[in-house]
Amino acid sequence: MTAHTLAKALNEGLRKAMESDPKVLIMGEDVGRLGGVFRVTDGLQKDFGEDRVIDTPLAEAGIVGTAIGLALRGYRPVCEIQFDGFVYPAFDQIVSQLAKMHYRSGGAVRLPVTIRIPFGGGIGAVEHHSESPEAYFAHTAGLRVVSCSNPVDAYFMIQQAIASDDPVIFLEPKRRYWEKAELDPSMRPEPLHSARVVRPGRDVTVVAYGPMVRTALEAASAATDEGRELEVIDLRTLSPLDCDTVVASVRRTGRLVVVHEAAISHGLGAEIAARVTEEAFYSLQAPVLRVAGFDTPYPASRLEEEYLPDLDRVLDAVDRSLAY
Amino acid sequence: MSSGDMGVTGGSTRTRRGSPRARRSSSGEPAPAGLGTTTGEPDLVQLLTPEGERVDHPDYSVDLTTEEYRALYRDLVLVRRIDTEATALQRQGELGIWASLLGQEAAQVGSGRALAAGDMAFPTYREHGVAWCRGVDPLQLLGLYRGVNQGGWNPADHNFHLYTIVIGSQTLHATGYAMGLQRDGAEDAVVAYFGDGASSQGDVNEAFVWASVFNAPVVFFCQNNQWAISEPIEKQSRIPLYQRASGFGFPGVRVDGNDVLACLAVTRAALARAREGSGPTLVEAYTYRMGAHTTSDDPTRYRLASELETWRLRDPIERMKAYLSRTGLADAAFFDSVDADAAELAAHVRSGCLTLADPDPLSIFDNVYTDPDPALDGQRERFAEYLSSFEGGGQR
Repeated sequence: MTAHTLAKALNEGLRKAMESDPKVLIMGEDVGRLGGVFRVTDGLQKDFGEDRVIDTPLAEAGIVGTAIGLALRGYRPVCEIQFDGFVYPAFDQIVSQLAKMHYRSGGAVRLPVTIRIPFGGGIGAVEHHSESPEAYFAHTAGLRVVSCSNPVDAYFMIQQAIASDDPVIFLEPKRRYWEKAELDPSMRPEPLHSARVVRPGRDVTVVAYGPMVRTALEAASAATDEGRELEVIDLRTLSPLDCDTVVASVRRTGRLVVVHEAAISHGLGAEIAARVTEEAFYSLQAPVLRVAGFDTPYPASRLEEEYLPDLDRVLDAVDRSLAY
Repeated sequence: MSSGDMGVTGGSTRTRRGSPRARRSSSGEPAPAGLGTTTGEPDLVQLLTPEGERVDHPDYSVDLTTEEYRALYRDLVLVRRIDTEATALQRQGELGIWASLLGQEAAQVGSGRALAAGDMAFPTYREHGVAWCRGVDPLQLLGLYRGVNQGGWNPADHNFHLYTIVIGSQTLHATGYAMGLQRDGAEDAVVAYFGDGASSQGDVNEAFVWASVFNAPVVFFCQNNQWAISEPIEKQSRIPLYQRASGFGFPGVRVDGNDVLACLAVTRAALARAREGSGPTLVEAYTYRMGAHTTSDDPTRYRLASELETWRLRDPIERMKAYLSRTGLADAAFFDSVDADAAELAAHVRSGCLTLADPDPLSIFDNVYTDPDPALDGQRERFAEYLSSFEGGGQR
């Protein structure tokens, strides 16, 4: 057991994947010599060579489009999109090409491409560096969308994503890159597409993913001072959603708060609210509430602490839920 | 090979005196697209004139057997017949739409027959002639246009990728595939097909950058058919398309796209160059879309009949037939046999099309993911129940 940052855990997971399958490639901007702007691919080009860790020209459609071609040839490319806001030039390649090829080919073609995207805010960055684009991809049939929240999941989930024969959008909580946890590589991971109850509680269920899991856990700790027990679920998989885990929890607590950084409307929270309403209507003691970013562009960084859901906004929603 | 020597010099932006579209609108009627640039065009590789005369070119040649010459002619005729039949099937309501290749047979057969078995082709949605050369049953092409599937064939079966409708996206797939060939140490190469309209797409330009930087074994085969639906080539480029290659650092060559021999020779040379590790080539096959963009299009709204007539004189099949007849490489009996083959193929296409049945409604849910998806399975189940709640199981 060693303490790893989330970034280092990803690095170790990528290394493991490359060691166990010679078809695994890494490609992206600055991923080679520099090791990525967040150093997630640090040292991999040195150890695996320029043919397997590819510094690409600066064009995201090109990164994903050529990754598709490499996958057609039998490779397992892992693309790094440098920042969330830079993924949009690749939108056609992801949504119309990557996501649909298996379907269009009647199942003949498999595209095991993983697209890593550091996402979310909280690092004081300039615009286009703090976005939460998950709903676009979760809305697209043919893609798998997952997000890790901690170093242990990061290590295992990146390997599971690479091993998947479906294309996976892998969202990394960039502001948690430097958080540490003990990592035991010999432990047995849970399935990739499963949510996890990370803190049991009986009063209100709080669902979060990626960077907001820690926020939800902090809110749960603070809530104990007021004698309230929050059950926190780390969603982990955004598409497919592991709704069973959420519904089972809501049947126990009767109340649900969903937390994400992405804008509130038409987001994951709306989908979860709809599904829980359909499946656990008579268990609900209060409407499903959402704590999320506002329906605005991501603001200038001096305002991001106001924009981003935090402990108090989560607890405010908990208060409102319990007031019903 | 005409390479980067056709320098688009840095000073080009200073010499502009107004856009071509301004000139066109002031004259009131559009000029025949691109025709001016073919007359006396020194860069156009041609081995067979529109009159069917063999001409020499300093850099390119073909030396084929009688059988090979005849086979090329047969391909041209059969491919046109597939196209004619599919257009008719659309008119009869058996296909939802069809994208005709009429006029582009030589570009597709010439390049398609240049491919070796291990080479991979990435088509647009109009490469029916290339599909024929790769051994794809024409019926498999119809599924997409009839609406019974979205491509249907396994690209690995004939090294012919699925049709791609979003313009230019496949050039990146082709380039990535070529990068895979490099890593495998394979001696194969890739051809990426696209058109003049696609040359404006970011993806195509990114593919040029990638292929150049990584020296990928890919041939970019652009069929410049002069029209992107209603937009003439002048709306896409101020310079001949093949000259764009020089800016990306690899050779570009313009070939007479209605000359099957020149298309074969130029594509073979470009593939050989790719195989020997010398990187990509841009081939601009200068041709003409004789038909509408698709069966939904009406080209009389945007181009002149006289332009069509000009290009009719450059027909790819007639010139090959004239060459074979004049040289005695083929006689009437051969031409009759090709016509008989074409009639047989047409019957296959026609009767086969009618047997392409509507898929089962529940197949909507097939092959979204490689693994079962519980939520999707639930949707399938509920939809099945819903359908079966109707008399006759919900069949329309």
